[in-house]
Amino acid sequence: MASVFGTAIKRREDPRLITGNGRYTDDVQLPGMLYAAILRSPHAHARIRGINVEKAKRHPGVVAVFTGRDVAGKVAPIPTAWLPPDSNIKTPAHPALAVDSVRYVGDGVAMVVAESRYVARDALELIEVDYEVLPAVVDPEKAMEKGAPAVHEEVPDNVAFHWQAGSDPASAFQDAEVVVRHRFRQQRLIPNAMEPRSAVAQYNAGSGEMTVWVTSQNPHIHRFLLSNILGIPEHKLRIVAVDVGGGFGSKIPCYADEALVALAAKELGRPVKWTEDRRENFLATSHGRDEVIYAELAGKRDGTMLGLRIRMVANMGAYLSTAAPGVPTILFGLITVGPYRIPRAHTEVYGVFTNTTPTDAYRGAGRPEATYVIERMTDLFAREIGMDVVEVRKKNLIPAEEFPYTTALGLQYDSGNYHGALQKALEMVHYEEFRKEQERLRTQGRYIGLGWSTYVEICGLGPSQIAGAVGFQGGLWESAAVRVHPGGKVTVFTGASPHGQGEETTFAQIVADRFGIPVEDVEVVHGDTDRIPMGWGTYGSRATPVGGSALAVAADRILEKARKIAAHMLEVSEEDVEFADGKFQVKGVPTRQVTFQNVVLQAHLAWNLPAGVEPGLEAQAFYDPVNFCYPFGAHACVVEVDVETGQIKVLRYVAVDDCGPVINPMIVEGQVHGGIVQGMGQALWEGAVYDEQGQLVTGSFMDYAMPKARFFPSFETAHTVTPAPHNPLGVKGIGETGTIAATPAVVNAVVDALAPFGVADLEMPLTPEKIWKITHGRDA
Amino acid sequence: MTTTKTVVTLKVNGVERTAEVEPRLLLVHFLRDVLGLTGTHVGCDTSQCGACTVLLDGRGVKSCTVLAVQADGHEVTTVEGLARDGELHPIQEGFWEKHGLQCGFCTPGAMMTAVELLRQNPNPTDEEIREGLEGVICRCTGYENIVRAVKYAAERMRG
Ligand code: FES
Ligand code: FES
Repeated sequence: MASVFGTAIKRREDPRLITGNGRYTDDVQLPGMLYAAILRSPHAHARIRGINVEKAKRHPGVVAVFTGRDVAGKVAPIPTAWLPPDSNIKTPAHPALAVDSVRYVGDGVAMVVAESRYVARDALELIEVDYEVLPAVVDPEKAMEKGAPAVHEEVPDNVAFHWQAGSDPASAFQDAEVVVRHRFRQQRLIPNAMEPRSAVAQYNAGSGEMTVWVTSQNPHIHRFLLSNILGIPEHKLRIVAVDVGGGFGSKIPCYADEALVALAAKELGRPVKWTEDRRENFLATSHGRDEVIYAELAGKRDGTMLGLRIRMVANMGAYLSTAAPGVPTILFGLITVGPYRIPRAHTEVYGVFTNTTPTDAYRGAGRPEATYVIERMTDLFAREIGMDVVEVRKKNLIPAEEFPYTTALGLQYDSGNYHGALQKALEMVHYEEFRKEQERLRTQGRYIGLGWSTYVEICGLGPSQIAGAVGFQGGLWESAAVRVHPGGKVTVFTGASPHGQGEETTFAQIVADRFGIPVEDVEVVHGDTDRIPMGWGTYGSRATPVGGSALAVAADRILEKARKIAAHMLEVSEEDVEFADGKFQVKGVPTRQVTFQNVVLQAHLAWNLPAGVEPGLEAQAFYDPVNFCYPFGAHACVVEVDVETGQIKVLRYVAVDDCGPVINPMIVEGQVHGGIVQGMGQALWEGAVYDEQGQLVTGSFMDYAMPKARFFPSFETAHTVTPAPHNPLGVKGIGETGTIAATPAVVNAVVDALAPFGVADLEMPLTPEKIWKITHGRDA
Repeated sequence: MTTTKTVVTLKVNGVERTAEVEPRLLLVHFLRDVLGLTGTHVGCDTSQCGACTVLLDGRGVKSCTVLAVQADGHEVTTVEGLARDGELHPIQEGFWEKHGLQCGFCTPGAMMTAVELLRQNPNPTDEEIREGLEGVICRCTGYENIVRAVKYAAERMRG
């Protein structure tokens, strides 16, 4: 049988999803179920002088109304679960419903529970809140200024944390022939998973068991946090998240809403469902990015990079969301040097409170920002010294023979062939021809540009010891259980909780490949804390490198035991047995063999097992990686800018990625496509805008530009394969690379196209208006 | 905020369904909450994402923008009614074959939109498919494989 590892088999989750049989949270219907709706603050900053819920309570169909005072003491404040050490971090309590003050538009104020969705919404309008509006601050740099309104009285300077890494690169700057300095703005983005957040809670007063269906990327983390918030022990709390309609980081955090629904179910003795609408999603689900970054790059005129200094001001919003502090620090601050050999580097990060929706991880989380800055700085440096952007990259990329490579910021990049990926992309792009064509078209008044992004990212989160050292309040290992049934079919239980990434298929491939059985014989179970031993979820491109590795280890444990039984059946010693294509065979004697299924059956019958071997065939593994994974690659984008209208057309997009061995090329390609579109979205269209009073001006799909199909050409993707040396599969993770690489590639391309206009940098998103102003400013 | 209920009768996926509904009830909530057909999703509140798209008398509509009472006496096809006699519709095959879905949340609506697109233009170019997907927001796939899926279905349907 041909190996299924590396094959583009069709996804096993699809038959239910394409026939309308998915099980998303809002699909859960329970007898007697009530519906909750949450009243949200219309003000960015205000004191609550009083709340009158009487009218709402009397409204027909309303069962209960809860305010902040009603739930205080029953629902603990929502915690922050990433506390970077030595950062003087402040974590003001985040009550599930505001008690005295609201701190952003969207902050929860009251909850109505009613007999129907519509009635719950109606009743929100009957709640009267007396607000005393206070001055608000939305810009993170302004929030740091003296005299700025304090978001939390106990944090008068609004600085939530101050974190540093690396050592002072002053000597590099002294030796420098060239220093390039630049300020970058990473605009705020709205993750906008297409499935709105939702929670359904059911409580059994007799057994004390609480079940919460919730849109979660990490059900066990939800259980861990909700257990504390609600005071329900973990063995009585079940979290279910089977089909989740995308997350992109926004379904990592534990939100107040989920805890409130559980409280309501418990207090009212009936199941309760809450589902946000899109407007609520814009206001009350975590946002991404929103940072100001000051970068200084020291180098020599021959193109050598010597040192990098980064200072970031990160807008954390009104509260520190679950994983938020880890994003600008560990996930950004440690990888600012990118794929380059930069001997000295230092990062300094201020996390700042503002009266805005809390930010947290958004696809790539920190790494897109780091990649953006170093890739833009590389182009600015090349421009400064008059060198080709590809030459500068080639000169500074870490050479393949130097891996594992320890960077100036202390990470050990596991393996890589950065020049190899760049070379492949150069060939696909036909670089020399492009430059000639660019020249030719410019003489006709047409402006095309090519932008590069050679990136490395940190994923496969991660070694638990390091997780602890950097303040993550959990482990980052992963669990797997493999249960082989008597008939030879297999059920696999994984703690990684996918939500669109296709692990029901790739994980089945890993196991089928190891056992030499058809992939249809393997079922992958995830997303239910009652069925899965433990898990830390899907984010940080960790599911396959960590969860998949756990699975490989568990599968190998099965094979180890099966081999013992097979040897006994074949009446030879274990060393004389080899396993291939699903058969155990006496070495060199193909006629003497037993199939995997045969051995499985014997393991279960247990009529004649070797001494000391237990019946049954099931194995568990708890896999803790020894290092992170470092996927890398080279992306190139070709654009044409219409200087008359300011419109940018993406003509080509070439992505060469290296995520180690590819388990399912079709799924990997899909991840790359989706990632590129999100990265381009930031470069060209997306951006959340608050006005001075803290109102989210871009609060719907009418105002916030989501990428559409017609914006894109067909993408050209390719791979190089450099295995991760430290995990059993060699895989590195691919879920975020597109988003990480695409944004700077696009902006570099547009800047390149507009070089004749003297353009050195552009602030994202590159809207036609901005471009038009530049091209016409010159004309004028 | 009227609660006077009206009786509506719709033919949904070939089966007649009657229910008493509030006049303001959206068709999508009628399908999901009243009939339990949860394959049709709600992704926005401004009629832009297309997750709720169904066929009303054979034509694509966003069911978040139609009242159940407006659909009274009409025929509705949802994703649950796409497959016939245990055979997947070519568009379903296309999405499966070409990896046109990841999280699957936009997928029912995207497929219904594609059915409508192919009804209007059985032999679309890539560009026409991309234009035709204007009313679909997918955050996962980057659209590339949705385009391939629609192309695949178009070929299959032309025979
Ligand atoms: S839910 Fe109907 S268009 Fe979004
Ligand atoms: S597949 Fe997830 S939104 Fe389209």
